[in-house]
Amino acid sequence: MRKTCLNMVHELAKQDERVVFVGSDLGPGVLDEMKHTMPDRFYMEGVSEQNIVGLAAGLAMEGYIPFVNTIATFITRRCFEQVAVDLCLHDLPVRLIGNGGGLVYAPLGPTHLATEDIAIMRSLPNMTIVSPSDADEMTRFMASSLDWPHPIYIRLGKGGDPVVTGEQTGFEIGKAVPLRAGKDIQILSSGVMSGRALSAADMLADKGVSAGVIHLPTVKPLDNDAVLQASESSMIVTLEEHFKMGGLGSAVAEVLVDANRMPEHGILRIGLEDSFPMAYGSQDELMERFGLQPPAIAETIGLALKQRS
Amino acid sequence: MISHPFSNEMYPNSPPLDDRSKEMRRLVIDGLDGGGRGHLGSSMSLIEIMRVIYDDVANHRPDDPMWEERDRCILSKGHGCLALYAALACHNYFPREEMRQFCHLPSRLGGHPERSKVPGVEASTGALGHGLSIGVGMALAARIRKRKNRVFVAMGDGEINEGSVWEAAMSASKHQLSHLTAIVDYNKIQSYGRTSEVLDLEPLLDKWRAFGFETVECDGHDVEALLAVLGEPLSSTKPSMVIAHTVKGKGVAFAENDPEWHHKSRVPADQIDAMYAALAENS
Repeated sequence: MRKTCLNMVHELAKQDERVVFVGSDLGPGVLDEMKHTMPDRFYMEGVSEQNIVGLAAGLAMEGYIPFVNTIATFITRRCFEQVAVDLCLHDLPVRLIGNGGGLVYAPLGPTHLATEDIAIMRSLPNMTIVSPSDADEMTRFMASSLDWPHPIYIRLGKGGDPVVTGEQTGFEIGKAVPLRAGKDIQILSSGVMSGRALSAADMLADKGVSAGVIHLPTVKPLDNDAVLQASESSMIVTLEEHFKMGGLGSAVAEVLVDANRMPEHGILRIGLEDSFPMAYGSQDELMERFGLQPPAIAETIGLALKQRS
Repeated sequence: MISHPFSNEMYPNSPPLDDRSKEMRRLVIDGLDGGGRGHLGSSMSLIEIMRVIYDDVANHRPDDPMWEERDRCILSKGHGCLALYAALACHNYFPREEMRQFCHLPSRLGGHPERSKVPGVEASTGALGHGLSIGVGMALAARIRKRKNRVFVAMGDGEINEGSVWEAAMSASKHQLSHLTAIVDYNKIQSYGRTSEVLDLEPLLDKWRAFGFETVECDGHDVEALLAVLGEPLSSTKPSMVIAHTVKGKGVAFAENDPEWHHKSRVPADQIDAMYAALAENS
């Protein structure tokens, strides 16, 4: 997903001279071809997140569309004030590409996990948050993003994630993508969790529960209509690789509370609890540990249905 | 041992304030009076810097504030906005009478300047340490587009406590942004007290030189001296840094060099009258 995203930056730069790349201190060779063919639109500015966001704001004020790239937790936490003031207050079309959203950097420990990034970015007016499920969706999103006039936070998965969306779903910022029909409950998910939601739905089907899966690649602005429509089922489940506090589940709950439209069996939020994940291992291993793999998801949902019915 | 020169000691013979400098300062007091609050000291130290940029150095068109070829001037120390507003009002970016609407609910002139509201304001500032990075971005944009415009960034001395300023400085130097001129309004007093005591900046010139800037210092209230250092970039290969030695509250004798006047709210009418009087007496 990351490689696809950066390749798309280069492709967009070929199509549109407003596109500029600004990195911090990425791995050797990143976007080498762009660096050599478009040296005045490729900047690698060092470990200085505050500066690169402000610098990107200055470029955007002059009509450019900068894509700023570094590790997700650094691009959201370290330079929050620059993101808030320079990008969001000015409402500039800067794109923040966050490597390793969620638990991707599990082996590197809690300093490198981005498990509250969506909560942080959601709190900012004018910010758009996109969390695609796979590389194909990333390509479609990037191709449709150029003329979006607001800042965007792009949450990247690890890469090599199974492709669960199709060409027919297209990509429209702010629009939900129904992945599977179901009549009993609706699972609302984003990012790579949508693939896991589909697997969990298969397992639930074996137990006689018909679960729909609605993928929400845009966490902000959320597709409120899709959420309200989902509330007509008996239960909404939200599934995210993020703290439950402030993420997708919170966003969905806010829509339902504001509209006073709670499903019969309420909302079940599945995500990370309010504590730093103090373990290493792989992303998959941490997901297993925190109940975010399909069998645990299906079990949690089944248990909740039993308790609430 | 590092010495801590105060501006009035380093430049004891600043020329007397002329009519233009007093006119701009009266507008600042108008704003303070109308708004009942404001950063008086921080604005008064900045007046001649804003004056020289807008009167003499910058190419700009008040009737076309977003003219592409204009020189950009970012007031990074946004709390000094009364000085920027005074300069913009003097150039008819908006009516002078608006100064008295400072900080009022329907006014566009807030306690910190906003790009989306005030014609001529290049960046919304107030949170400190943002302007230089934005200026680097604007200077890079000018280079990509092969435009000749200059970019000015005016910072406060307390402001450059922020680490982000030094990140931006390295970036400006790396790209040899000779059309970028940064200015420090070195009045030597920040909110809590003397910069030498809160977080010492000295040796300030050496720091900027070490960060790759062509540096110069001058009397920040001497219009001719400022014109000499701001009129052209100091180098053809490096960004410029002008350390302008100034006096906090300059022009209002009882407020000069007094941290209490960094920011004031609920300023009583008799003090406003005293400010106009002190300014008139200044020579």
